[in-house]
Amino acid sequence: MSDSKIIASEILPIQKIRADFPILSRKINGKTLIYFDNGATSQKPQVVIDAIDTYYKNQNANIHRGVHTLSQKITMAYENARTTIQKHLNAEHAHEIIFTKGTTDSINLVASSFGKKFISSGDEIIISAMEHHSNILPWQQLCEEKGAILKVVPINDEGELVMEEYKKLLNEKTRMVAITHISNVLGTINPVKEIIELAHAKNIPVLVDGAQAVPHTLANMQELDCDFYCFSAHKLFGPTGVGILYGKEKWLNAIPPYQVGGGTIKTVSFDKTEYADLPLKFEAGTPHIEGGIGLAAAINYVNEIGLDNIAAYEHELLAYATEALIKIEGLKIIGTAKNKASVISFIVEGLHPFDIGTILDQLGIAVRTGHHCTQPLMQCYNIQGTVRASFAFYNTKAEIDEFLKGLERAIKMLK
Amino acid sequence: MTIEETEQEITEEFELFDDWMGKYEHLIDMGKSLAMIDEKYKTDDKIIKGCQSRVWMHSEWKDGKIIYTADSDAIITKGMVALMIRVLSNHTPDEIINAKLEFVEKIGLTQHLSPTRSNGLVSMIKQMKLDALAYKVQS
Ligand SMILES: Cc1ncc(COP(=O)(O)O)c(C=O)c1O
Repeated sequence: MSDSKIIASEILPIQKIRADFPILSRKINGKTLIYFDNGATSQKPQVVIDAIDTYYKNQNANIHRGVHTLSQKITMAYENARTTIQKHLNAEHAHEIIFTKGTTDSINLVASSFGKKFISSGDEIIISAMEHHSNILPWQQLCEEKGAILKVVPINDEGELVMEEYKKLLNEKTRMVAITHISNVLGTINPVKEIIELAHAKNIPVLVDGAQAVPHTLANMQELDCDFYCFSAHKLFGPTGVGILYGKEKWLNAIPPYQVGGGTIKTVSFDKTEYADLPLKFEAGTPHIEGGIGLAAAINYVNEIGLDNIAAYEHELLAYATEALIKIEGLKIIGTAKNKASVISFIVEGLHPFDIGTILDQLGIAVRTGHHCTQPLMQCYNIQGTVRASFAFYNTKAEIDEFLKGLERAIKMLK
Repeated sequence: MTIEETEQEITEEFELFDDWMGKYEHLIDMGKSLAMIDEKYKTDDKIIKGCQSRVWMHSEWKDGKIIYTADSDAIITKGMVALMIRVLSNHTPDEIINAKLEFVEKIGLTQHLSPTRSNGLVSMIKQMKLDALAYKVQS
């Protein structure tokens, strides 16, 4: 660790990287923006903005439909984007990459389509106590519809999954395990490979919510051997409104379409419809074309910097901020897992997270406050919410220093 | 004091501060000095929706006027609640319903408070006026 510490901040040309993100130089309340809300959404580098700009200026046409040049070219660009994503995730096939609206949409797709085919009364679905509402509600609703049962893997005080309990929950009635790769509140990096191996030993498929993981780590589909993996482009420095569902070919072939309409068919008559092959089977209607292309641009950008470098650098930021925060009187960090991404949630005794967030905002510092769409997790800790600072590779120690100063000031004002 | 006079008074108070820090400190002080709501009214059905922080509000009818008491778990929100109570409490339903509350903009509250908070403020005012309307209909 100490090696990567020294290397990380030297390897990354931070000032050059920051110049790639136009928004980082804007002022908020008269102060230069310090953006520590990367867990909610990330900022976009110029190459992504350019990709979208170019699309509308030069390339706009509908895909998979026309014989004309523009349509053919943009179809190719869109399919190239799919291939870029496939390679990035090390998925076996490009048609295992489904474009969706985002993580939430991807999970809903699986819950709905997998649920229709494979879930019936008395079946069990396993999630964890640290899930985002987006990885709770689709399963909860499915369980209600089908009379199935939702089982929850508990967490310990540090905010780590209790693996012994997970093992006990896996049984012959379990039909699906849906678990987050990295917690958006606690920062915990879950042992997804082990989770998948344990489930697979009982022939149970696993869906991984990778929304918080893809900006920080390489998610390798063939190595993880997961059955479904979901994420949103907007947290990976790409556009909003687009996301990915990776699904193993055998599962995507086995489950019915989610939404149907234009683009999802081979032939339609009023009697019968023959559905298209993957991936089009799951891509009804005109997709978010520039979104897919923008996402590929974001992935290429991130890969130029290198996710390993990014992870090492962010780890350095995390350690730096954690060390300083724990020295603040009355401050408690929520989520102290050994294996953690650059997300820090905390509370300050006697102060409301919302008040802290408001004062920090006056200082141009953007953090998230509240329950972070994880109300059951908040209930586990018996708190209303937290303040969350989440770092990306364009953040700096100097910004953390400013944040700490701002926080001290807020505490003084509010106490 | 009429509602307009209290609004004017608050506007002048806030004009003394030329930076956001002072304004917020004043708001926080107002929150701290807000008379507490009776604990028995701090129930879920008294929570005002739209606030990320929790606000409880209770209104009472006294000699043709409405008395509001309230609380919040966030101190800045509580400051806002205190301002509203100072302006609207102890007035007749008609006065409350017709209050324009232009001071909010004048003192830069809408501008300085984040949208979720402003929405909370809006919901709070709405609730106060709804209560006033309810008393008016009853009386
Ligand atoms: C862990 C996790 N899952 C799912 C989501 C939902 O992502 P989206 O809103 O992009 O669908 C989020 C976003 O906050 C998240 O952090």
